[in-house]
Amino acid sequence: MSEILYLDGISVSFGGFKALNDLSLVVEPGEMRAIIGPNGAGKTTMMDIITGRTRPDKGIALFQGDIDLTRMDEAQIANLGIGRKFQKPTVFESHSVEDNLQLAQKAPRGPLATLFAKLSDSQQAAIDETLEAIALTAARRRLAGELSHGQKQWLEIGMLLMQQPELLLVDEPVAGMTDAETEQTADLLRRIAQTRSVVVVEHDMEFVRALGTKVSVLHEGSVLSEGPLEAVQNDPRVIEVYLGR
Amino acid sequence: MLRRIIILSLLLFAAAANHSPARAEQSDQMADLLQGLTAKSFKAKIAAVETLAASGDSRVVAPLTALLEGRLHRRKADGAIVIVQRQDGRKIFLDALTGTPLGEAKPRASRKIRVNNRLRGVLHGALGALTLFSPDPAQRLTAAQAMFKSAGADSLSPLAKAYLQETDGDVRQVLARTLAAARLRHGGDEEKLAAAKMLADYPDREVRDLLANTALQAQDKLLAAVTVASKSIEQRLAFFDVLQNLFQGISLSSVLLLAAIGLAITFGVMGVINMAHGEMVMLGAYTTHVVQVLVQEYFPGAFTHSLLLAIPSAFLIAGLFGVFLERSVIRFLYGRPLETLLATWGLSLMLQQFVRSIFGPTNKEVIAPSWMSGSIEITGGLVLTHNRIWIIVFAALVFLLLTLLIRYTDFGLRMRAVTQNRTMANSVGIRSNWIDAMTFGLGSGVAGLAGVALSQIDNVSPNLGQSYIIDSFLVVVFGGVGNLWGTMVGALSLGLANKFLEPYAGAVLGKILILVLVILFIQKRPRGLFALKGRAAEA
Amino acid sequence: MQLKTSTWLFAVLLAAVTIIVPILNLAVPETSPLHFPTYGLSLFGKYLSFALLALSVDLIWGFCGILSLGHGAFFALGGYAMGMHLMRQIGDRGVYGNAELPDFMVFLDWQELPWYWYGFDSFAFAMAMVMLAPGVLAFVFGWFAFRSRVSGVYLSIITQAMTFALMLAFFRNDMGFGGNNGLTDFKELLGFDLRSQSTRVALFMASGTALLAGFVLCRMIVASKLGKILVGIRDAESRTRFLGYRVEHYKLFVFTLSAVMAGIAGALYVPQVGIINPGEFAPANSIEIVVWVALGGRGTLIGAIMGAVLVNLTKSYLTAAFPEIWLFALGGLFVGVTLFLPKGIAGSFGLARLIGARGQP
Repeated sequence: MSEILYLDGISVSFGGFKALNDLSLVVEPGEMRAIIGPNGAGKTTMMDIITGRTRPDKGIALFQGDIDLTRMDEAQIANLGIGRKFQKPTVFESHSVEDNLQLAQKAPRGPLATLFAKLSDSQQAAIDETLEAIALTAARRRLAGELSHGQKQWLEIGMLLMQQPELLLVDEPVAGMTDAETEQTADLLRRIAQTRSVVVVEHDMEFVRALGTKVSVLHEGSVLSEGPLEAVQNDPRVIEVYLGR
Repeated sequence: MLRRIIILSLLLFAAAANHSPARAEQSDQMADLLQGLTAKSFKAKIAAVETLAASGDSRVVAPLTALLEGRLHRRKADGAIVIVQRQDGRKIFLDALTGTPLGEAKPRASRKIRVNNRLRGVLHGALGALTLFSPDPAQRLTAAQAMFKSAGADSLSPLAKAYLQETDGDVRQVLARTLAAARLRHGGDEEKLAAAKMLADYPDREVRDLLANTALQAQDKLLAAVTVASKSIEQRLAFFDVLQNLFQGISLSSVLLLAAIGLAITFGVMGVINMAHGEMVMLGAYTTHVVQVLVQEYFPGAFTHSLLLAIPSAFLIAGLFGVFLERSVIRFLYGRPLETLLATWGLSLMLQQFVRSIFGPTNKEVIAPSWMSGSIEITGGLVLTHNRIWIIVFAALVFLLLTLLIRYTDFGLRMRAVTQNRTMANSVGIRSNWIDAMTFGLGSGVAGLAGVALSQIDNVSPNLGQSYIIDSFLVVVFGGVGNLWGTMVGALSLGLANKFLEPYAGAVLGKILILVLVILFIQKRPRGLFALKGRAAEA
Repeated sequence: MQLKTSTWLFAVLLAAVTIIVPILNLAVPETSPLHFPTYGLSLFGKYLSFALLALSVDLIWGFCGILSLGHGAFFALGGYAMGMHLMRQIGDRGVYGNAELPDFMVFLDWQELPWYWYGFDSFAFAMAMVMLAPGVLAFVFGWFAFRSRVSGVYLSIITQAMTFALMLAFFRNDMGFGGNNGLTDFKELLGFDLRSQSTRVALFMASGTALLAGFVLCRMIVASKLGKILVGIRDAESRTRFLGYRVEHYKLFVFTLSAVMAGIAGALYVPQVGIINPGEFAPANSIEIVVWVALGGRGTLIGAIMGAVLVNLTKSYLTAAFPEIWLFALGGLFVGVTLFLPKGIAGSFGLARLIGARGQP
C-alpha cells in the first residue's frame, strides 16, 4: 500500500513572505506523526494546503498515492477522508452536542439528501458510541457553546471520528487544557491512531513525548529534522533553532 | 438674442446720429432697395437681400437683423418698411433705416415680411459679411464664425479682403477657416484643392461635416484631397474624444474618490460599514450653503472666497458629527459588521429627515464663485470646465494630504497599528478607543470635504448622499479594503469605465453595466484589487 | 420531522386570522363594532404579503447568516410578473382601448408586444414566472457569489448593487415594463373585479394561506438536518466545509428558495395595492425588510412575521398622522434594535424558549 499522504517540494508565499519553502513530508498508513516547530514555521499553512484551504504556488500533494489534493476544495478533500481539527476549537455552538455529532456523521452531503434525512438506529448507535468515547454522554443535549474549553476540544475530535476519516489532522489539541485533560487527550489520540493515520501539530513537548511517535521539526517552511523525539532533540540544527541565535 | 438686440440698438443709435441731409438722397435709394424685400417670391427677396448686402452700407444691418427675427413689417397705410419693437410694454414702429420712432404699432396695421429657411441662411451670410469690417474685433469674430456655414459665392472677395486686413490673431484664425470653407464650396478648382488641404488644420465637427458633404459631390483630385483632410480630422477628433472622455472620466473619478476615501478609512481601519457616510457628504454640502449665506449676509465683499471658508467648516462639522456617531452608537457595535450596517443606515435616515426638517426638501442653491465658472477651450473638440478642473485638483490634494497623514504622522502610525493588531496596539499603550473616534471623525470630515466639492456640481438636497453611497461602496470594495491606493485605483477605474461606456451604452445602461461588471469582479477577487493576503485576511 | 408545539400554535393562529377576519368583514354587519372594514382587509392583506417577504429574509439571514440587501428585488420581480398578467387582463378596457398593447406601450408608440410579454395572458404561465423570475435571478447571482465565497458585508453590498441596477433598468421606458409609472390601472384577476369586496377577501385569504404555507415550510426546513447545517454555516462556515459539506450548494439552495418566496409575496402584494413600479427596487426598501426581521427577532421565523406586521402597522399610522416623524422613527428603530434589542422581540423577554428559537448568534 502506498503512502497515505505525500507532500513534495511545496512552496507558498503570502505577499513576499515564504510560509512554506520546498516542504516535503510523507505519512504512512496507520502512522501517527507529531509536527513541532516554532511559531511561523508553517505548521498551520501546511494543514491549509492538505485540506484545500490554500493552494500551493508549486509542489505536489497526493493522498493515498494518486489523488491530487491541490486540485480540490475543502469539501471534496473532507469527503475523501481527511478530517481536520482547528487550533481554536470550532464546533457548532448553537447546536446540541448530539446534533454536532450528527452533522459530522458520514452520510450523503447534498442539500436534498439532508433535507429529507432521518436518523437511522445504526447511526444513532454510532453517535452514542462516540459520545461515550469523548466522555460527553451526560452532556449530549447541552448546547456545544455551553461546554468547557476542554470539552469543546473533545467534541471536535469526536466530530472528526464521526466523519470516519482515513487521515486526521489535529492542530494543537491540548492548548489550554489541564494536565489531566492533556493526558486523557493523548490517550484518546493513541486509540484513534490504531485504526487510522493521524498528524498532530503541537507545542507541548510533554504531550509529544506522551504520544511516543515519530516527530518532524518544521522550520522556516521546510522540514528541519525527522525521527524519534530523542534523536530530534539531540539534532544540533534543532538545538540551534530552538535555543540558539 | 439679448446680445443681438444690444448690437442692433447700438447700430440704430449710430445710424440715427449719422443722419444728415447729405445722406438723405442715398437714404431714398436704400428705401427703394428695401422695398424689394416685400416681393412675393422668396427668390426675389433673396435677390433683394443680396443687393442690400452688396451695398456694404452699415445701415442695412438693422432691417436685415429685424427681418431675420421676424420684426420687419410693411406698414399697410403707406407701404413703408418698418421695424416693430417692444418699448415699455407696448409695440412701436421704427423707421427701418434711420431707427426714428414712428408711433405706436397697432395690431393689423402692418404685415410681417415672411422669411423661409433658405432666406434665413442668406440673411445670416449677408449680415456676417456686413459686420466683417466692424471696428469691434468681437463682432468681427462672431461674423467670421457665423459665415462658416452661410458664406455664398459673393462672400469670397469680402472674406479674402477681411482676411488680409485683419490684425487680430484670433479673428484671423477664424477668418482663415471660414475663408477656406467658402473657397471649398464656391472657389475655383485650384482654390478648392488648397482649401481642402488647409481645412485639415481645423479639426472640429463643423469642418468634418463640411468635408463629408463635399466628398459626396467631389471627384478625382479634389475627392482625394478632401478624403485625406477628412481622415486627418477624423483621427484628431477621435483623439479629442478620447481626451474629452478621459477628462470627464477623471473628473468623475475624483468625485468618486472624494466620496469613497472617507469610507475607505472607516471601513479599512475599523471594519465599520458606515451607511451614513453619504449623509456626512450631504452635511458638508449644506455647510457650504450655510457658509455662503452667512458670508453674503455679513461679509459680502468676501463672497467669492466663501468656498475657501467652507472647506474647513465642512470638515469640522462633518468630522464632529462623525465623532458623535462613533461615541454614541458605533462603538457599541464593533466586530458586528452587519449590525453596524443596519444601525448606520438608521442614522442616515434620521440625518436626512433632520436636514429636511431644517432646510426643507427642496434643493439649496450654492453659487459657484467666479474663479470656478467658465471653461478652457483647448480646441473645437475639447472643452474643460473650470469647476471640474478644480475638483480634480481638490481630490488630488485631499488624497495627498491623507496619504501623508497616514504615512508620516504620529496619529497615522497609531491608526495603522490599530488596523493591524488592535490588542497589540492596546498593550503598547495606544488608546484604541480614542484612535477609533478620531479615525471615524477623520473619515467623516473627508466626507464633508467631498460635500463641498459636490455642492459645485450637484443639487444640494437631503438626498445628495444617497446617490453616492452605492458608488462609493463599489469603489471601496473594488479597490480592496484598507488601502488608500486601492481606493484611488478603484475610483479611477470605475470613473473612467463609466465615461467610456457612456457613449456606447448610454448613461443608465452604462451604469448598469458597471454594476454588473463590479459584481462579476467581486466574484473573481472577493477581497478587491489590493486585498491583504495570507492568514490575516481570512481571520 | 417533528415540529414543536409552538409551531403548531402559531400555525393555528395564522389559520384563524385567515378565516376569522374575512368572516368579520363579510358576515358581521357594518354597524357592529366587530365589523372589519374592507379597506382594512386590503391593508392587512398587504401586511401578510410583507410578512411572507420577511419570512424569506429570516430564512437566509437568521438561519444561514446571509444578509441580503436586495430581497426587495425578488419581491418586485414577482410583483412585476403578476402585474404583467393583470395588465394583459385589462384587454381593451384601457384608456386607448387597444386590446393588443398595454396603455403605456401605445403611449410610447410601440407597434407590437415585446417577446417577453408573451404568455402572460395565461394565469398559470404568469404564476410560473412569479416564481421563476426571482428564482432564476437568485440562482445565477448566488451561483456566482457563493462559488467564489463572497460573504458578509461584501455580499450585502453586491446584493444592494444588484437591486440598484435593476431599479435603474426598470426606470427605463424602453425596458418595456412601464418605466417610471410601472404597471397599474388593473381591472380584474381570473375574471373577478379587483375592487369588489369578495375579491379583496379572497386575496386576503390567499395571502394568509401563502404565509401559513411559507411558515410551515420554513419551520420544516429549519427543523431538518439541512436546517441544522444552515445554522452550522452561519456560526462556523469553515467547520462545515471541513466536514465535507459544499457550503455554496446549501447557500444557493436556501437563497433561491428564499427568493421564490419573496417573489410569491410580491405577486400577492400587487393586486392588493393595485400598482407595481420601479420604486420597489429601491435599496432602501430592501434594507427596511431587514429591520422588520431584526425587530421581530432574527432566526425565529415567528419574529419575522411579527416584525413585519408591527413595523408596517406603525408605518401606516405614522405616515398618515405625522409624516415627518416616520423616518425618524424608522431610523431610530434601526439604531435601537441593533443596540438594545439584538435578539429582537421574539428573542428577548424570555420568549426564545417559548417559541423554540434556534440559538441566537
